[in-house]
Amino acid sequence: MSDADVEQTPDADALTGIPDDTPVDLAGVFRDSQIQEVLDKLERELVGLKPIKTRIREIAALLLVDRVRKSLGLTSGPPSLHMCFTGNPGTGKTTVAMRMAEILHRLGYIRKCNLAAVTRDDLVGQYIGHTAPKTKEVLKRAMGGVLFIDEAYYLYRPENERDYGQESVEILLQVMENQREDLVVILAGYKDRMETFFQGNPGMSSRIAHHLDFPNYTADELIAIAKLMLEKQQYRLSPDAEKVFHEYLVRRMQMPNFANARSVRNALDRARLRQANRLFAQHQDTITKKDLVTIEAEDILASRVFGNNQPDSSQIADRE
Amino acid sequence: MRITQGTFSFLADLTDDQIRKQVEYALNNKWAVSVEFTDDPHPRNTFWEMWGLPMFDLQDAAGVMYEIDACRKAYPSHYVKVNAFDHNKGWETIRLSFIVQRPPHEPGFGLVRQEVRGRTVNYVVHSYATDKPEGERYTDGH
Repeated sequence: MSDADVEQTPDADALTGIPDDTPVDLAGVFRDSQIQEVLDKLERELVGLKPIKTRIREIAALLLVDRVRKSLGLTSGPPSLHMCFTGNPGTGKTTVAMRMAEILHRLGYIRKCNLAAVTRDDLVGQYIGHTAPKTKEVLKRAMGGVLFIDEAYYLYRPENERDYGQESVEILLQVMENQREDLVVILAGYKDRMETFFQGNPGMSSRIAHHLDFPNYTADELIAIAKLMLEKQQYRLSPDAEKVFHEYLVRRMQMPNFANARSVRNALDRARLRQANRLFAQHQDTITKKDLVTIEAEDILASRVFGNNQPDSSQIADRE
Repeated sequence: MRITQGTFSFLADLTDDQIRKQVEYALNNKWAVSVEFTDDPHPRNTFWEMWGLPMFDLQDAAGVMYEIDACRKAYPSHYVKVNAFDHNKGWETIRLSFIVQRPPHEPGFGLVRQEVRGRTVNYVVHSYATDKPEGERYTDGH
């Protein structure tokens, strides 16, 4: 609890003065806030990620109830919304963080729909006395919105005692604690490395209210993601290609360096290359619009993942 | 004697909320906001000390409020002002400047008559505060 909470003493009159059975139009407030729209958009555009969506819904509900409580004169301290996103590569950490600014802005928690995405380089200086001003400047620019620190574990290097990252973490902690109403900090990183980071900075872990772990996607979810990606690029999978792609994903998931949605995107990019090449090779036939937008099974079957030309596994990992 | 310099100086001192709104207005106009302080109240003292660099690319007044508070803490009885610089072509100048902190007691100015050659008299506006060396002014409330 910081000073801000202590100053806000409960209004005794509100607790006793207003009868307990005062009706509250929660549904009306919910309608006016257009929160459902935000949640629907999230549901539509992000596949899977159940625990994350649940948490966002909870946060939305809390902020809403807070607003109603305030209207009755009951105390409503702004909740701490610092978050940490952990998960394997390609599970949507960065994507969700980018959305978070919009979501929290719509919920009325932050004043500006503004997200500052930074990494270690933006926060940590190169010589003594360089780090503090640099970190503060980034924090000031992010205030009123969300500060997103990608690969946050790089901030702390246990092997180097004189690393300036520690200084940056300390300033960050101070602002996270004292100016919670001005800034939401989101850290993201791979799970094991973030755990090491928190072990070195226990204060950081306890100041973050929401530790969200992004689960790996199932093959079906990855197919849904692939379809969304293709839709944006105005392509589609033929029914055969969809079956083959499912098979591709099942095989690819067993291989090392599988990076969930990122691997899907790479696979699709490669399939588009092969599709273009195929269209080029059959130039004697007339090509229709349907050919231009459809990815066929053979475009995916040509992948090394199906072991056509038996490459060694390291090659697969690199080039899929 | 109350110093009147910059915008709003004939009004009562701005509250933090009012300061925040003014800064918000400056940021909405894409002006770069900076914080400066001094303990030399003479109106011709245009060059105040800078509290850090001007702040560019801010989205919200919270960053400026943070620096104002830090400056007030470091110099609790100096004058502190906020400047907003417009970099746009044709302006390239300070568009808004107002005092956000003043010493608890401002001794004001004396008029010094300096006799020079002949019967000429030069008038000098002299701030009582500057009788003391820099950094020691306003420290005991006088």
